[in-house]
Amino acid sequence: MTEVKYVAAVYLLVFLFVLAYLLIHATKLARLEREVAELAERVAATPAPRGEEAPERAGAAVG
Amino acid sequence: MQTLRENRLQAYAALTTLLLVAGVALVFFYVPSDVDQGFSQRIFYFHVPFAFAAYCCFGWGAWKALLHLWKRPEGADLESYVAIHQGLIAGCLVLASGSIWAKISWGHWWLWSEDQLVLFLVLFLFYSAYFMLRYSVPPGPGRANMSAVYALFGVALIPVSFLAIRLAKGFIHPVVFTRDGPQMTGSMFLTFCVCFGAILALFATLYQLELAGKRLDARLRELKEALA
Repeated sequence: MTEVKYVAAVYLLVFLFVLAYLLIHATKLARLEREVAELAERVAATPAPRGEEAPERAGAAVG
Repeated sequence: MQTLRENRLQAYAALTTLLLVAGVALVFFYVPSDVDQGFSQRIFYFHVPFAFAAYCCFGWGAWKALLHLWKRPEGADLESYVAIHQGLIAGCLVLASGSIWAKISWGHWWLWSEDQLVLFLVLFLFYSAYFMLRYSVPPGPGRANMSAVYALFGVALIPVSFLAIRLAKGFIHPVVFTRDGPQMTGSMFLTFCVCFGAILALFATLYQLELAGKRLDARLRELKEALA
């Protein structure tokens, strides 16, 4: 195998590694954001107990 | 709509993309080939930055571990865990790129006689064991404390691994940065600096990305508990 092919193999390996990592995390983040939005809607739709107002929920930093 | 100032992840990603594109362009279209090693020397421009990134990630993980044990800020344990995870990713890339480069340069994928290689592998395996330890203990303050202590012990291996390159008796693994300065031309040094910045920006981005995912996961669990 020539030197050029070895160097190309290293750069391709790095590229694929990073791409795979990004895809995995992007998919995970998209799923998590969807689930958080669904649950937040369910919590907001849950009626507050009589005589009490629903408490305001502070947003959580995620980035 | 969030601005770049408000969203660090997007800012890091933009910077990383810019630097990576510039770095790869410089490596393949600008910098000349090394006189001794030829074209294969171009692996250096990512191999060394990956090693530094691994050291920085393990060091950052140890710092967050120290903060967790000392001042107990919220999220320090998670930040330590993510940093060490990123360090392992960088370590994998160091070992993989180094092995390929070693095959071209020395004719062997690995040399057990070389202290620098073995000490980096020891550092890598030490932090690999961090995850085995962490997940063998149920979640809670005990796990966080144990993980933090382990991460702090590991940080002692970083200077040992770094100095091994300079103190080793063998002269197979190249030493480029000496007391007399970088042993390379101006164009090579510029390319190295750009690639170094690119890799550090890449791991800063991946760190922020993974941290965002973990925090979302925690928020999700809180909401599920609130509904239960």
